[in-house]
Amino acid sequence: MKAFFDSDIWWSFTRSPVVVLSAIVALVCIIGAVFSPLIAPHNPFDLASLQLMDAFKPPSWEAEGDPLYLLGTDDQGRDMLSAIMFGARVSLMVGFCAVIFSTVVGVTVGLVAGYMGGKVDALLMRIADIQLTFPSILVALLVDGVVRAAVPREVHDQIALFVVIFAIGISNWPQFARTVRGSTLVERNKEYVQAARVIGLSPLRIMRSHVLPNVMSPVLVIATLNLSFAILAEATLSFLGVGVPPTQPSLGTLIRIGNDFLFSGEWWIAIFPGIALIVMVLSVNLLGDWLRDALNPKLR
Amino acid sequence: MFSFIVSRILQALPVMFVVSLISFAMFAYVGDPVAIMLGQDFTEAQRVALVRDLGLDEPFFVQFAKFVGNAMQGEFGLSYRLSRPVAELIAERAPATLELAFSAALISLAVGVPMGIYTGLFRHSWLSRFLLTFSLVGVSLPTFLIGILLILVFSVWLGWLPSFGRGDVVRIGWWSSGFFTVSGLKAMILPAITLGLLQLTLIMRLVRSEMMEVLRTDYIKFARARGLPNRAIYFGHALKNTLVPVITIAGLQLGSIIAFAIVTETVFQWPGMGLLFIQSVGAADIPVMAAYLMLIAVVFVTINLIVDLLYYAVDPRLRTGRGAGH
Amino acid sequence: MSLLQVKNLRVEFPTRRGTLVALDDVSFEIAPGEVLGVVGESGAGKSMTGAAIIGLLEPPGRIASGEILLEGRRIDNLPYEKMRRIRGREIGTIFQDPLTTLNPLYTIGRQLVETITTHLPVGPGEAREKAIGWLELVGIPAARERIDSYPHEFSGGMRQRVVIALALCAEPKLIVADEPTTALDVSIQAQVIAMLKTLAREKGTAMMLVTHDMGVIAETADRVAVMYAGRISEIGPVRQLVRHARHPYSQGLMGSIPPLDRRVERLQQIDGAMPRLSAIPRGCAFNPRCPRVFDRCLVERPELMDAGTTRASCWLYAEGAPA
Repeated sequence: MKAFFDSDIWWSFTRSPVVVLSAIVALVCIIGAVFSPLIAPHNPFDLASLQLMDAFKPPSWEAEGDPLYLLGTDDQGRDMLSAIMFGARVSLMVGFCAVIFSTVVGVTVGLVAGYMGGKVDALLMRIADIQLTFPSILVALLVDGVVRAAVPREVHDQIALFVVIFAIGISNWPQFARTVRGSTLVERNKEYVQAARVIGLSPLRIMRSHVLPNVMSPVLVIATLNLSFAILAEATLSFLGVGVPPTQPSLGTLIRIGNDFLFSGEWWIAIFPGIALIVMVLSVNLLGDWLRDALNPKLR
Repeated sequence: MFSFIVSRILQALPVMFVVSLISFAMFAYVGDPVAIMLGQDFTEAQRVALVRDLGLDEPFFVQFAKFVGNAMQGEFGLSYRLSRPVAELIAERAPATLELAFSAALISLAVGVPMGIYTGLFRHSWLSRFLLTFSLVGVSLPTFLIGILLILVFSVWLGWLPSFGRGDVVRIGWWSSGFFTVSGLKAMILPAITLGLLQLTLIMRLVRSEMMEVLRTDYIKFARARGLPNRAIYFGHALKNTLVPVITIAGLQLGSIIAFAIVTETVFQWPGMGLLFIQSVGAADIPVMAAYLMLIAVVFVTINLIVDLLYYAVDPRLRTGRGAGH
Repeated sequence: MSLLQVKNLRVEFPTRRGTLVALDDVSFEIAPGEVLGVVGESGAGKSMTGAAIIGLLEPPGRIASGEILLEGRRIDNLPYEKMRRIRGREIGTIFQDPLTTLNPLYTIGRQLVETITTHLPVGPGEAREKAIGWLELVGIPAARERIDSYPHEFSGGMRQRVVIALALCAEPKLIVADEPTTALDVSIQAQVIAMLKTLAREKGTAMMLVTHDMGVIAETADRVAVMYAGRISEIGPVRQLVRHARHPYSQGLMGSIPPLDRRVERLQQIDGAMPRLSAIPRGCAFNPRCPRVFDRCLVERPELMDAGTTRASCWLYAEGAPA
């Protein structure tokens, strides 16, 4: 631990106030989201506490605002702040799971392709290339559409969350695979890996204990930058109405709902979830950017 | 030159093959087109007839070959949702999307490239820092949110610009254009900015990093050592070398404009292919999805080909082939 | 009057771990038409000296003190635009790797013409004729046809000839050549260096030839400066320095060249490695490796002093040194 605080990474971290700030913001977002059932002022899913009388309340600082609802209420009388906290929870969960999914798939494919080489490598990378030809949001949309067509509606509503995670995750593995493959090719030809082979270690073991640790830092950078992408992708899908189910509204769903009330003057229903989304993604992006520069001394 | 084009087209074939395979698989195996087309009441005879009509009783490769053959003629069958030929639907919507994408691409290139050059050259000026922060915000802003914010400010609060639709269009043959009417142009502004902004920031960041990379090279140092004026170094030497990688990536980025048009069109109720696609995804309208996928693949392959040709025009090393003479 | 004077030049690199002194108290002169060889291990500051002279130190490196004078005028503190007019016109530069110093996207003709028209009052047509003339002078066969070729169409040796033509084409009085042959095939090195030497002599161009190839120095230079850890450890006429080096480091350096005229059992070698800039020892920077080190070397830094036929920064040549 002491070594960590002595390291260049920690030094460059403390030197940049923007990075420290975004780390704090990201932490606040995560805590607020994860513990939303405990700390949110209201429970937006508790139908008993919903008062239609309280619908369309503007934020508390406006003339007709209600101090009970800091950021106002939506068309159902739900407290916006609580809805945002619960929504951020869904957004973050989908984001994290999707990134973990694409990391696992991408790293595995990359390791196998890089280590095996030859035809396996050519085939896997060709697949990655073809998929990379298409923007990942399109791939995610398509996967979602196909699953929607393939399973009956009732089943789909139950598994919708997993479908979104799968769709976003699958749309983004090639980036990991390419990077890991590149690093693996370099590592594979180093003497210590050759030596490990000569003494008869199994390929699986070599990959896990020798190659994998050496390719982790670029993976970490991509994963961080991808987290913001995954959160955005989820929000986009949900905004388009093909993402998470309406019973578990994410930030994107909230914005979609709010969009309908933009013209009638209830701007806060769309804008506050939007701001929450931007703040979350921006802080993650800033962290990712910094991490990339810090781990890549060439650009410093 | 000719062989270059041919080899690039040959490289594109596997992509098209895989995409049509996926489209076909969606077409043939996802959902049950027969049940969807027949509706609630049908006899066994009707079902069998339809299966034969659709050719669903034939072997896989025959079906696939027919599918590809039809696709080449723009024949994708009927939309489940609208019961109209898919080709007709797409042809109707294509001009809207293409005009939008063209305007967005124009904005992102015309603004993004100069901004990238500036921030790459004057890395420490306050304007560069501002633009860089702005670009990071731009990358973090989801397209739909940009659209909503623009609508809120310019349509709801200021009332300057329309928030949905294309305005009045002029028909030129089967093409409908919004470029020739005031309302059409006004309707174009917000969606085009929405769609172009993300690409703009990406292109700016790309040009900037390439510029910085090129400025570190030996030939730029040598150009300085030869005493060339900064103008010649930056715009003569650095810029052209920057363009080589930028062309590739910018080309791909521009391709994704078509994809992101889906989102923009939803926000602005823009009557283009993207809106059609998203409605089809929601309704599990497979024929439209399959056709859209194929169309996008053709667009991307074409863009890649154009990018390669541009590359060829810019980089003399490709023109003369490998191997140094003596 | 000497053409170039470098006086007590000190170059620093501010880093977050403190300031590194890359060049310290470097002084030398080059007379018109003279070839000064600069030798030393990599990292000794040879290339840095060249970069400081042409005013193109990599940031954050900067000249902290000292002066550089060209024909008596100070050039180390000129504004960028004035210094730009000196680069190429008065001081030409040759870089190490011809494969990367030419812009791959422009023909060599265009690169030559732009250099000539930047510095000389000639039109494009005349500049092109001059360019062809220079290509012929540096030994490019069929120059008139090859002028519109791209760099990648030439071999490494030919490309370095083009680079030399680019450095000479505005007829500078001084050439800073930074390892001009290191990246070339051994068989071509001699040709290129001979051509460079002949051209410099014909045009009366002075040259600062940075290299770690003692053979090249012995053949080309009039005087030699030996650098070690950012300082000049010895400077003097080439014959004296090669045959009778005075500084123990130069002696070691010369001892590591295999002589052609007699058999030796073993080449001499210097133990250890040059210190990093962040860890230069107190006293003489060479003291940990010096076979003749004595107590004064450990505490006091030697300046350049007369050491017989050359000048060396070594306490052995001060009064009161052990015999």
